[in-house]
Amino acid sequence: MEFIIIQSYNALSYAALLFLLAAGMSLIFGVMKIVNVSHGTLYLTGGYIGWVVVRQTGSFFLGLLCASIGVGLVGMAAERFLLRDLQGQPPRQMLMTFGIAIFIQDVLLLIFKGYALSLKAPAWTDVILKVGEYRFYAYRLFMIGMAVLVLIVLWYVYDKTRYGAMVRAVVNNREVAMGLGINANRVSQYVFGLGALLAGFAGVFGCAFTAIYPGMDFQVLPLAFVVVILGGMGSLKGAVVGSLIVAFLDNFLKALWPEISYFSLFLPMAIILSIRPTGLFGKEATGL
Amino acid sequence: MMTMNAKSRSWLLINLITVTVVLGLLPPVLPEYLVLLMTQSLIFCIVAMSLDLLMGYTGLVSLGHAAYFAIGAYTTAILSTRYGSGFAVCLFSSIGMSAGLAACIGLFVLRAVGVYFLMITLGIAMCFWGLIFKWNSLTGGENGISAISRPDLGLHLNMLDPVTFYYLMLIIFAICFVLMLLLIQSPFGKTLVGTRDSESRMRVLGYNVWLHKYLAYIIAGGFAGVGGVFYAYFNRFVGADDSSLYRCMEVFLMVSIGGRGTLVGPGIGAFLITFLKNIVSVYTKRWVMVMAVVYMLCAKYTPMGIMGYLKQLQKKGEERYEPDNEKYRSSRLEVPRAD
Repeated sequence: MEFIIIQSYNALSYAALLFLLAAGMSLIFGVMKIVNVSHGTLYLTGGYIGWVVVRQTGSFFLGLLCASIGVGLVGMAAERFLLRDLQGQPPRQMLMTFGIAIFIQDVLLLIFKGYALSLKAPAWTDVILKVGEYRFYAYRLFMIGMAVLVLIVLWYVYDKTRYGAMVRAVVNNREVAMGLGINANRVSQYVFGLGALLAGFAGVFGCAFTAIYPGMDFQVLPLAFVVVILGGMGSLKGAVVGSLIVAFLDNFLKALWPEISYFSLFLPMAIILSIRPTGLFGKEATGL
Repeated sequence: MMTMNAKSRSWLLINLITVTVVLGLLPPVLPEYLVLLMTQSLIFCIVAMSLDLLMGYTGLVSLGHAAYFAIGAYTTAILSTRYGSGFAVCLFSSIGMSAGLAACIGLFVLRAVGVYFLMITLGIAMCFWGLIFKWNSLTGGENGISAISRPDLGLHLNMLDPVTFYYLMLIIFAICFVLMLLLIQSPFGKTLVGTRDSESRMRVLGYNVWLHKYLAYIIAGGFAGVGGVFYAYFNRFVGADDSSLYRCMEVFLMVSIGGRGTLVGPGIGAFLITFLKNIVSVYTKRWVMVMAVVYMLCAKYTPMGIMGYLKQLQKKGEERYEPDNEKYRSSRLEVPRAD
């Protein structure tokens, strides 16, 4: 019983982190139909920026802010100068995002070398809560809370505001949206920026949780991929459900059978795909 | 391709002779390092061409092709180091493993289309990477499997000699190339191209589109497996990196830069990328950055790849003047009126 409760709590906090990571990816896919291979690297960049700021100022929230904004700006610049011309050509976009990913990776390696760095979580989360006979690490609760907050904000902006309506219009039909006077290119740019911002945000959380080291970006990327494939690309609801499925499966199977940790994600993916090729909440696919 | 005039035939002949001379006669006089690079290039030629069967001829843009390459390589590595299996056993069981897994995975991957197919193939390749990376007892995890001995094929040749191994590789490459060429020239290959161009049309004509795609997926997986077998023998080491995202994207880049749907193009791409990567890494530690720039430039400026570009040039030369052609109309308007 204790095993189940503790592991469920861990899985839930892990799901929170995955959601922060995958929501941006899914959002970018919905609007731009780009499979963003550089998402993991943006996450890592967020972690490194956060580490520098936290080390200099000691404030976790300042680190969070700087990392989010910094990575968001990198994303916006990448969209404007590198990805915009490749609209509607997924294979070329893949090459481009991969190029961006390994470029940033190498820059980070040049600056921070190959050491593993650890980012300090705020002191007040560094405590252990006791509920009955069980002990819970407070930082995980903090992470879950933040993910829920981000989910509510995203949902509100997406569903209730004018900006959200513009994004939804572009997701549904780019041409018609442009015909109605929406600047679809600008929407794409801001959405890519927002997706990158979420990756940076997740990066700071994730790195305070584990550690920062080169190569971590391509280790988290498969997880984000599977979340988005399971939940359906471009769907916020899908990102929530997908990250819960992946986190619970991965966490329990990792504890029971560590050798197949990544591969355990393969089975749910195969099952979902044979029932719904576009994921649980995904839209119907269109050709390349 | 339909009308092959004398000029393009002689052009083809010249190229064929050049390639034969460079690949067949040059290696004994080249420095050892270049021979090694050429051997490696030939291996990746097979992998890139097998991916081209999917990307260029069937219209299935698969990003996870390196998974089958890695499975072939690991099967050979495990069989030959743990069980001391001979060449034939390794070769056939590796091809069987790669093609067999492609057959299993193809069953549900082919349900997805377009961008979804792209992402799902990559997702699955990464699951395989995860399996190889974590399954220490079987694959050696991060340390990989080393000390794979090269087969001597019962010929009493010294396979550790780079030039001898190169010629073995050249023969294998030639066999694979001819097989793939025959495949795309066959009615089966033509049906694949038809499916790529219009799936609904082929379906209306009564073809079993799904089965054709499925078979193409399995065949491509099998050829990638062949590449994997010889990579394991060549490198005498396989590691988790061989199934990673880098490898997947590298093969994809080879096909894109050479020009998909040309079969020869991906081969050129394989040579270019292998040489570039290895030579740049001799001169600078920041070779990853150089490769990143190559990826970006390829994405931005070569939509059709090298062979696509050459084909277009050739077409331009053959194009006759047509007054109604859009291109000529604009130039005609620029002629000043005589009044």
